Amino acid sequence: MKTKGKLIVAAAAAVSAGLVAFGAMANRPLTVVSWGGAYQDAQKKVFFEPFKATGVQMIDESWDGGVGVLRSKVQGGTDSGWDVVQVESEELEIGCDEGMFVTIDWDRVGGKDSYIPQAHHECGVGNILYNFILAYDKDKLKTAPSGWVDFFDTTKFPGKRGLRQGPKTNLEIALIADGVPPADVYKVLATDEGVDRAFKKLDTIKKDLIWWKSGAQPPQLLASGEVVLTSAYNGRIDAANRNDKRNFGIQWNGSLFTLDSWVILKTSPNIDVGYKFIEFAGRAEHQAKLPDHIAYGVTNVKANEKIDPKRLADLPTHPDNLKNAVQISDRFWIENIDRLTERFNTWAAQN
Amino acid sequence: MNPQKELLRDLKRAERRRRLMALALVAPLFLFLMVSFVLPIGDMLRRSLVDTELSEVWPRTSALTKVWVWDRISEPTLEMYRALAEDIRESAEKRTIAVAARRLNYALDNGRSLVMNTGRELRRQAANTEDWRARLVEIDPAWGDRKTWLAIAQAAGPFTDFYLLTAVDMERNEKDLIVRRPPERSLYLQVLGRTLLISATVTLLALVLGFPVAYLVANAPKRVAGLLMILVLLPFWTSLLVRSAAWIVLLQDRGLVNDMLQAVGVTSEPVRLIFNRTGVIVAMTHVLLPFMILPMMATMKAIPPTYMRAALSLGAHPAIAFVRVYLPQTLPGVGAGVLLVFIMALGYYVTPALVGGADDQMLAHFIAFYTTSSANWGLAAALGVLLLTATAILYLVYARLVGIGQVKLG
Repeated sequence: MKTKGKLIVAAAAAVSAGLVAFGAMANRPLTVVSWGGAYQDAQKKVFFEPFKATGVQMIDESWDGGVGVLRSKVQGGTDSGWDVVQVESEELEIGCDEGMFVTIDWDRVGGKDSYIPQAHHECGVGNILYNFILAYDKDKLKTAPSGWVDFFDTTKFPGKRGLRQGPKTNLEIALIADGVPPADVYKVLATDEGVDRAFKKLDTIKKDLIWWKSGAQPPQLLASGEVVLTSAYNGRIDAANRNDKRNFGIQWNGSLFTLDSWVILKTSPNIDVGYKFIEFAGRAEHQAKLPDHIAYGVTNVKANEKIDPKRLADLPTHPDNLKNAVQISDRFWIENIDRLTERFNTWAAQN
Repeated sequence: MNPQKELLRDLKRAERRRRLMALALVAPLFLFLMVSFVLPIGDMLRRSLVDTELSEVWPRTSALTKVWVWDRISEPTLEMYRALAEDIRESAEKRTIAVAARRLNYALDNGRSLVMNTGRELRRQAANTEDWRARLVEIDPAWGDRKTWLAIAQAAGPFTDFYLLTAVDMERNEKDLIVRRPPERSLYLQVLGRTLLISATVTLLALVLGFPVAYLVANAPKRVAGLLMILVLLPFWTSLLVRSAAWIVLLQDRGLVNDMLQAVGVTSEPVRLIFNRTGVIVAMTHVLLPFMILPMMATMKAIPPTYMRAALSLGAHPAIAFVRVYLPQTLPGVGAGVLLVFIMALGYYVTPALVGGADDQMLAHFIAFYTTSSANWGLAAALGVLLLTATAILYLVYARLVGIGQVKLG
């Protein structure tokens, strides 16, 4: 494992050395890096192509995440070929602490006020927002579950339930179901009693739980009838409804959300153009087009007005959907993931 | 010149050339093994012991705590507090403080925020003071804790037993004595036990299922044997992921097996067959079966049928002839199959992840978690050492019991 990591780092270093030489020869175009797949295809149509049309040279690449990759990119302090990268919130947090990113000058990306507060960060500009929601099959359930309380009610909704394997998101869900107001979840979870309370709540449905591992699984488990209720990514459920003609329902009450943000690597020689791109991708009129392709919420405060109200109802950023949602705390999880994963696995092994 | 000496020299030269030739032929394999096997394992052993992350970013504090190590009974000195404050401030300015924060977070609850907040605070208020102890404790009382300082001392390097102790559910307490971890954090020995148990069950099942098949293939007429071989090898040609997914389809609550069981009337409700231990054992046995069958079959093919005939003609009951004449001759193949399957099963990762529940994950799962998800490479390496040691011990015991000269891999 370890050598493989080293090899990748070495390969990355070799590639970046080549790019440095290349960069020294010519002004290279702005390089924007995102998550690939259907999502990046949508970004191409909505952000990249229109941005290129303004006369700026840019190319886009994709990556699979990982702080280690970013670390190897900024190591040595010379240009590594990447300028603007879309990162998950944990990478944003760790990378910012380690000084990998440019500190954002908010005046250059349209001002803090044009973004929803959750998108603000010292080192990044939030671009999309997505949720862990409670999903169910409307064809199979007569009454819709009202939230996580119902998720733990096996008499009202008999059958198996799906949760993501590991402690992350599940401890929050358990506390919300146990009556903790969503806004206070991390305050409670920061105490030992809070963690005990969450596990005790999970105990009540332990034998009815099925643990999913990848985002593609919850819609499959729902479709095969293996589970009646499950936590899931809202985008996956929406895609199953739109592409596979499923009739899945989403309960937004008490859902957990997180953001992906744009950052500029501190080694970038294109910081000015990078800012221009982030500003461009932050404008309401551009962001408003993204949800046509994929069910992510966007971060400009004025974007929602421009989105078809029917579509807006499917998005995490619809005011009703956002009302009782909690932002997943990356500070909490970066600090506690090892410890709580150990605890989760000891808990899982007890009968 | 003496013709005899000349002859001797020529002979020697020829000999040397031959030896070089042989060396050159095995060199690629040797190099490959070095790069892909010996070096990674060596690196893993090193990583589980060597601990220099903290001393690289906090050199002064690390140096002082190392001296303090000799008498961990006394309180940390003011000098140590001053060094710590300087190190924190400097690493915060250089943005290397996150490394120290991560390392201390492994050993301390809330260690990361303790370090990061103190760094932020010291950068904000650069005011110099004489009493750094008071200043640091004022920022966070945890700095006055012996536990915090012991964690620093333990991480000060260049070597640590922290990761290896964690891998066997132990830790050092405030008095620097090695004690068991609290039960809610004692995990890895239990996981090791689970890993061994699952592997042993799978091996036993594969042996029971595989033996008759191997016998059949070994003794069938050539054309039938060829056909049977294809059936045995078929699983090899399908991807592991596809096979595991197929088991999910078959074994789920509304899957084929449960539908059949209910149609026949064996059960009235679906039986839980997947996402639990049953699923893991079924899927792993299926995947590993060929590794059991192939060595057994090879051994059985080489057993002359005359021995059995002789035993029967001398009046032995067929069952007794089988047990006392045939079975002992299959032992080298059985031994090889058991060894192969058991050791391969120990490292299984993908199959339990796909078809198992939360309490069916084996050691490899945790090694992967610490390698990729949480980047705690020290603990990942220590768990690797734990698995390697357990495997080596079992292998030695096994070699003693079976006699390793007996084992034949084909």
